Amino acid sequence: MKQKKQKKKAEKIVFKSEKDVPLMPMSIGSMLYNKTGVWRNIRPEIDLANCIQCGICWKFCPDVAIYIENEFPFVDYDYCKGCGICAEECPSKCIAMVEEKK
Amino acid sequence: MKKVIMGNHALSYGAMLSRSQVIAAYPITPQTQVVELLSEMCASKTLDAKFIKVESEHSAMAACIAASLAGARTFTATSSQGLTLMHELLHWASGGRMPVVMGNINRAMAPGWSIWTDQNDSLSQRDTGWLQFYCASNQEVLDTVIQAFKVSERLLIPSMVVLDAFALSHTYEVVDIPDQEKVDAYLPPFNPPVRLTPSDPHAFGGLTGPDHYFELRYKLQIDMEKVPALVEDTGREYEKMFGRHLGQVEDYRCEDAEIILVTSGTAGYTARVGVDQLREEGVKAGNLRMKMFRPFPFVKVREILTKAKKVAVVDRNISYGHHGIFFEEVKSALYGFDHDLPVFGFITGLGGRDITPGMFKEMAHLTLAKDKPEEEITWIGVKR
Repeated sequence: MKQKKQKKKAEKIVFKSEKDVPLMPMSIGSMLYNKTGVWRNIRPEIDLANCIQCGICWKFCPDVAIYIENEFPFVDYDYCKGCGICAEECPSKCIAMVEEKK
Repeated sequence: MKKVIMGNHALSYGAMLSRSQVIAAYPITPQTQVVELLSEMCASKTLDAKFIKVESEHSAMAACIAASLAGARTFTATSSQGLTLMHELLHWASGGRMPVVMGNINRAMAPGWSIWTDQNDSLSQRDTGWLQFYCASNQEVLDTVIQAFKVSERLLIPSMVVLDAFALSHTYEVVDIPDQEKVDAYLPPFNPPVRLTPSDPHAFGGLTGPDHYFELRYKLQIDMEKVPALVEDTGREYEKMFGRHLGQVEDYRCEDAEIILVTSGTAGYTARVGVDQLREEGVKAGNLRMKMFRPFPFVKVREILTKAKKVAVVDRNISYGHHGIFFEEVKSALYGFDHDLPVFGFITGLGGRDITPGMFKEMAHLTLAKDKPEEEITWIGVKR
């Protein structure tokens, strides 16, 4: 299984006037450019050969940084903060937390 | 239909007649019978609403915010420690523009534990961006809940309907409970401009940097400034339909008054008795009862008080290291408009100690005896 990286357009939205700003703080789009994945110290790496497609990692991810494609889970490294909950919860222990090397 | 009910139940009936759709509450002291009756109404299907029991007042407000965001008309009630536990979420509700309506029974803050009345719980929430209405009768409580939904939903700002513990909350009075059809005609269903729904997904309350946060707060204040006119309009409309006026303030014998006693909550009606007795003595006294605290009704306060020679503000609260909170607000409303009007500040009745008509007479005489105030606080009824 080859992982396809999701492409998101990282463009900062700046409204010119208060009239354009939504009344409620909704969908201001700040997360499009604020890529919290850079906070990560350890990264989850999923061994898809042993994945049983249970979807538990997807369900538990507090940052919605795991997505399902062709019934397999993939990590969105733009937003994964490396908390390790997916690795802890994975029943087949196929997610390894690997140190980020920079 | 006329019914003899307690103040707590006046809140419940107000929420029922407003057709609240979601009620989230924590049921243990300092909570009162407000949500007890509402849960019975939900169980018996008198009210078609979802009643959510939560594990704390913090969660109660969180549930209300989420329900309101999904487009439901939402109500809750609390008191003292419960209200202050909600504090963080009060900012979320107003900042997120969720028109939740909440009943708050004014109970003194612990320690020592108290279930009796004073206003420090709700006045500590002054800057959270909620509208605050202080009621003086059970009828006014019921009517104000209905009006609060109307004002809140029009401007998307939450409302707090406040009443004194015991003096109103557990006191039984005759209340005219309006017909449901008439209330429906006054208060149309809640139809927010945006709502969270899977068919139109949005992220709510996300990171908002210096580029936009300022504008969000600016817009909240601009809408706050529209409240006084809207309260007058909706109050007049209410009067037309139900025969009872709901305004920002209520003045009693103020037209020719030389001294005006400013009060809030049930103390206002006690003050009227004091005013009548003072009039019999030949003292031209009047009472201004502050119904709305946020936004502060600057214009009305100036209009009424500047006609008098002296003002005495009676606070059942205290800002420690400063003085009475209404005293502060009244002075700030007058500053720049009438520098010469002497305003005297009295603190009395903390923690539910009774405020009597005799005390109002005492305060009026103390005010008349001096040209201008000589102390920040004049204490009435403290044992010393």
